[in-house]
Amino acid sequence: MKAICWEGINKVSTERVPDPTILNPRDAIVRVFLSSVCGSDLHLLGGYIPAMRSGDIIGHEFMGEIVEVGPEVKKLKKGDRVVVCSVLACGGCEFCHREEYSLCDNSNAEPEWTEKAYGYPVAGIFGYSHALGGYAGSHAEYTRVPFAENTCFKVPDGISNESALFTSDAFPTGYMAADFAGIEPGDTVVVWGCGGVGLMAMHSAWLLGAGRVIAIDQYPYRLEQARTRAKAEVLNFREVDVLEALKEMTGGRGPDRCIDCVGMEANSTGVEKVYDYAKQYARLQSDRPAVLRQAIMACRKGGTVSIIGVYGGLIDKFPMGPAMNKGLTFRMGQQFGQRYIPTLLDIVARGEVDPAYLLTHKLSLDKGQEGYMMFKEKANNNMRSVFAPAG
Amino acid sequence: MANAFKTFIPPNPKKSGRQRQAKGFTNIGTTGRVLSVLGGAALAYYGWSRKQSPLGKSLTTAGGYLVLRGASGFCPVNEALHIDTAHSKTEGFEVTSSVTILKPRQEVYQFWRKLENLPKFMQYLEDVRQTGHRRSHWVAKVPKNIISKEKLSTVEWDAEIDREEENSLIAWRSLPGSEIENSGEVRFTDAPANRGTVVQATIAYHPPAGAAGKLAAKLLNPAFKELVKQDLRRFKRLLEAGEIPTIIGQPSGRKNENY
Repeated sequence: MKAICWEGINKVSTERVPDPTILNPRDAIVRVFLSSVCGSDLHLLGGYIPAMRSGDIIGHEFMGEIVEVGPEVKKLKKGDRVVVCSVLACGGCEFCHREEYSLCDNSNAEPEWTEKAYGYPVAGIFGYSHALGGYAGSHAEYTRVPFAENTCFKVPDGISNESALFTSDAFPTGYMAADFAGIEPGDTVVVWGCGGVGLMAMHSAWLLGAGRVIAIDQYPYRLEQARTRAKAEVLNFREVDVLEALKEMTGGRGPDRCIDCVGMEANSTGVEKVYDYAKQYARLQSDRPAVLRQAIMACRKGGTVSIIGVYGGLIDKFPMGPAMNKGLTFRMGQQFGQRYIPTLLDIVARGEVDPAYLLTHKLSLDKGQEGYMMFKEKANNNMRSVFAPAG
Repeated sequence: MANAFKTFIPPNPKKSGRQRQAKGFTNIGTTGRVLSVLGGAALAYYGWSRKQSPLGKSLTTAGGYLVLRGASGFCPVNEALHIDTAHSKTEGFEVTSSVTILKPRQEVYQFWRKLENLPKFMQYLEDVRQTGHRRSHWVAKVPKNIISKEKLSTVEWDAEIDREEENSLIAWRSLPGSEIENSGEVRFTDAPANRGTVVQATIAYHPPAGAAGKLAAKLLNPAFKELVKQDLRRFKRLLEAGEIPTIIGQPSGRKNENY
């Protein structure tokens, strides 16, 4: 089959590779209909997540059709149209029982990496480096899905492939960000980042009772999506002083809930930008936490900072004093997809939110490099490049 | 409910025969240091060339450790075990490792007590057969020799359960005359707040007599510790997830191997 493989920094290539096979009793094989790039794939592309190996098949957000199941898979059968959660969960450990699926004790096939780096192993994620399990990703004609009954969700007939696709990762991730923000009715919610996850966090903030949603980004076309699709007030951090603007917009109180949908490769301006890039270049910090610092400073006293943008390792100049003295609450994590996907499929089926608009460029698997570069460089008003192996 | 903290057994309660008279910076003899550096380098080189397999990773780690250990002349494991080969003889080694499994104690215990199940999660065990209520016959795959590990051969021994407390403890030791003299003890206690069962395993290994045996023991010690930990993790995975997750055999864009 064809698959898009990571080859090195800023380089992917479409290769002929063997078809996947059932390796464990709870596996299924999914024929991929649609597989989206994701902002967090850019961290892999840029070489910021260690433990990538040249030749790894990437991609973690996808939907398709079951073509084969292992002997222990009872609830799925050949021909089922499914959306696949990007995070793998065994279903039997303490964390799966708590519905904290991305903390699963067992689904990471190479637990030694995160056990050393983080103290304990975290769940496996498709196509997301050997630190997160080393599983082959979804930018391929077929993908092996471990723990299939916990990972695949049947798509109701009324939902199109394009709408179902983003309930794999972008929508549940954005929804978890809003859920973790602890929104109370009427709250002002600020979302940093107007990519797929950020936009989904804005929709979710409305669903969870926000009174006002403010979006921050630097690309006019993304801010436009936030304004028109997600009904957010928008700020371009290249044009305004974000902290001053937020304070002014909230009558001097500050926003109640601050959501970081950007993570480790945040862009910033001025001295902070130079400082972060220099530190990262010298390997003194692994992540550039400009958005996180800004969210902490912006947040009202007693408010919540919800972090869903991906961080990998160490950050420098973390404003602990403001966080502590302002009594902030922090919630964060990789998405607990299995907890949210059924609810979100219902929301999509009812037409309350249709994430299909994120798909701006549909490409064949042969266009891997082009799709990734367009997404990385935000060219052609690209929100998401989506590969359609089945044509 | 039993309290896991009350029943916690500190690892390595036994002391080696001789306590060191005075603290020094080295606790490895000169021959041991030379062998440690040479063997460690070979092990690391071998492991690195197979760094995708769990064994390869362990060997690389172990090899690096041995080089460091030999170069410095100080071995923290020796220190912890009160072994001092700069001043005394190695008597063997033992490791302790714990894991919590979200399953009732009885179920966890029963799975282990059916010794035939052990090869399902212990990577180097090929077969265990019960030959009596307390007696069993064990077959393990082991590296034929330490430096060139290509060929695995098997070793066999008989063991006897010498202490058993239903749902709490199994202790066994190899019978006299075994090729590999070993013993072990596994404790099962309730984890607090309905978090399942704590499994604490202590496994001891006494190398065969002679220089080759001592060298083997030295080289394998760190890898062995990692192996016990990995095997306990595999045990947990088998019971909680019903299978041991793997990526071996999946496709990739690499020409020579597909995972």
